[in-house]
Amino acid sequence: MTTFLQHLLNGIATGSIYALLALGYTMVYGVLKLINFAHSDVFMIGAFSGYYAAHALGLASNPSLPGALAVMVCSMAVCGTLGFLNERIAYRPLRGAPRITSLITAIGVSLLLEYGGQMVFGPDPKFFPQVFPKSNVQLGGVNTTNYQLIVVAVALALMAGLQWIVYRTRFGKAMRAVSHNFEMASLMGIPTDRVISTTFVLGSTLAAAAGCLYGLVYPKIDPLMGVFPGLKAFVAAVLGGIGNVPGAMLGGMVIGLIEEYAVAVDPWAWQTLAVHVGRFKDAIVFGILVAILIFRPSGLLGRYEPEKV
Amino acid sequence: MSKTETGLIVRPPHPVFSGVGRAGFRASLVASFSILSAVILLLMVLLPAASCGYGAGGDEIVVGEFGSLTGDTADFGKVTHNGIELAIEEINASGGVKGKRLRLKTEDDQSRAEEAATVVTKLINQDKVIALLGEVASSRSLAAAPKAQDAKVPMISPSSTNPAVTLKGDYIFRVCFLDDFQGHCIARFAHDTLGTGRAAILRDIRNDYSVGLANFFAEEFQRRGGAVVSDQSYSAGDADFKAQLTAIRSSNPDVIMIPGYYNDVGQIAIQARDLGITVPLIGGDGWESPNLLAIGGKALEGCYYSNHFDPSSLEPVVANFVKKYSEKYGQAPGALAALGYDATKLLTDAMNRAPELTGPAIRDQLAGTKGYPGVSGTITMDQNRNPVKPLVVLQIKDGKISLRETIPPS
Repeated sequence: MTTFLQHLLNGIATGSIYALLALGYTMVYGVLKLINFAHSDVFMIGAFSGYYAAHALGLASNPSLPGALAVMVCSMAVCGTLGFLNERIAYRPLRGAPRITSLITAIGVSLLLEYGGQMVFGPDPKFFPQVFPKSNVQLGGVNTTNYQLIVVAVALALMAGLQWIVYRTRFGKAMRAVSHNFEMASLMGIPTDRVISTTFVLGSTLAAAAGCLYGLVYPKIDPLMGVFPGLKAFVAAVLGGIGNVPGAMLGGMVIGLIEEYAVAVDPWAWQTLAVHVGRFKDAIVFGILVAILIFRPSGLLGRYEPEKV
Repeated sequence: MSKTETGLIVRPPHPVFSGVGRAGFRASLVASFSILSAVILLLMVLLPAASCGYGAGGDEIVVGEFGSLTGDTADFGKVTHNGIELAIEEINASGGVKGKRLRLKTEDDQSRAEEAATVVTKLINQDKVIALLGEVASSRSLAAAPKAQDAKVPMISPSSTNPAVTLKGDYIFRVCFLDDFQGHCIARFAHDTLGTGRAAILRDIRNDYSVGLANFFAEEFQRRGGAVVSDQSYSAGDADFKAQLTAIRSSNPDVIMIPGYYNDVGQIAIQARDLGITVPLIGGDGWESPNLLAIGGKALEGCYYSNHFDPSSLEPVVANFVKKYSEKYGQAPGALAALGYDATKLLTDAMNRAPELTGPAIRDQLAGTKGYPGVSGTITMDQNRNPVKPLVVLQIKDGKISLRETIPPS
């Protein structure tokens, strides 16, 4: 039982990071119908900005909680700017172009950030400092650290904040309008370009937060670190229904838990079915992507909208 | 989105190439381009051949090194490179090989197997190296070995321990012990010395070294009466090991065998302690790195790993090497530096004995190496081009790494 709960907690912690990342994919897709493949690299830049900010603030030798908060804010500011520039320079000039052009541009930006990152940061892994004191926490038989708990708490708080922005503010209403019908929204006087810019900034700041939280619990960071979490988060966004904000959160959690329990049921599966399920946890996640695309393309929470030809 | 269809399918003809009157210009442009590219191609083929001829031509000998100077296991490549560089300097200072200076040509494979095959092909075909030194990681030596074998260029791996490496062909050598020996020694140490009976394994399934070592360990541990209570795996590059470690924890092991590389080991150790796992972790020579303790920190306290070389040894040949290395690089040499140094010295030893400086002649001399006094132990090649050497078990205690025991070759 304690093992089950331990797996549950591990899965939620990983899932909450996937969920934060998935939100960025889903929001941009919502307003632009574009899969922003560069999002996973914004996440990487977020982790690196956090790393450099922490060293600049001297937190590596002198950890403190307010300092950690400052690191996160710094990183979010850097990535917000990056997201803004990314949209302004790479995607906006292609607004009227075929969708495939933007998609290829997104892949180009992604490669630019990854290999530019290797030039600037160097290809060797770096180690994210412990920006505030770490301590072990025991809840029943479940062992964890204050880091894990804070990651989950911050991720949930950010998601709640986003939920509020999207469904309770004027900007959120504009965003939903743009997502619903781009041309109609612009005819109604909604500044669509500004809405799209802000959506990018919002998504990128969430990616930065995810990057910092990730660096906190998995301190090894390198310029290609975004690739796999990015793909998993993308699967999470599709699973939840791409373009759907609560769906992305749900998808992230589900993916985190599936990965975790694939390993957890491994000994059982090996004894009864002679399959090492745990070794295929990545394959399982991508298998889900394929299955969703075949059987329920709109995802768990998405609504099916037939495409007009 | 009305522009999409036209934009995608119908493109107006390019102005330069459209008019009939421009056809002549276009033809001459094409002609000049093809002549230019032909000249460039010709130069690319001729120039390297003309300038250095063969690796042994002129008054210098080019030796190729490939290693992971950057990427996930950058420490492996950097430390090995230091050892090789030191050896080359010493050899050149004492007159080189057959009156010729050695020149080291180093290529970085970025810790990636596919890149290792590429850079080795480049070293062989473009730099015309006489012999190859590398790699540390078995997966990368395995990727590069067929290239060296096909070109009949002797290759010495300083520290790839997977048995399959030298089985790639008779031009492939190594100067370290093998994983069957290493796995058995670790199992013996865990079972007999530490007195553990329940072992868990966490292996990297994308790594030939890790899988091989895990299997040899499991085989011997069970032969000695121990039980492998959990066998979990991860893939190189994973960041989260908590799922596997939680599963391991529920099987109550006395010891956890982690046959991985230092970067992953450090992360695994931290996450294991976070989950409240207190049993010792043990591993092989993949743990070796000047940064092992910087990454793993306190989480590695009370852990053990096997290695090739003990820098605190009082043997004169070792003490001399440790002194020179420390003076040059400002830190004590690890096992990988010692093996890089030995591989280079062994190669030049064979070159000196060879009647001529060609791949086959050097290969024959390497294969006949007997009782060569290396800093990592005496090297005698067996029929599979593997040396038989002792192993040391190191322990991590009070933030320091020290010798626990030496196990002679069986």
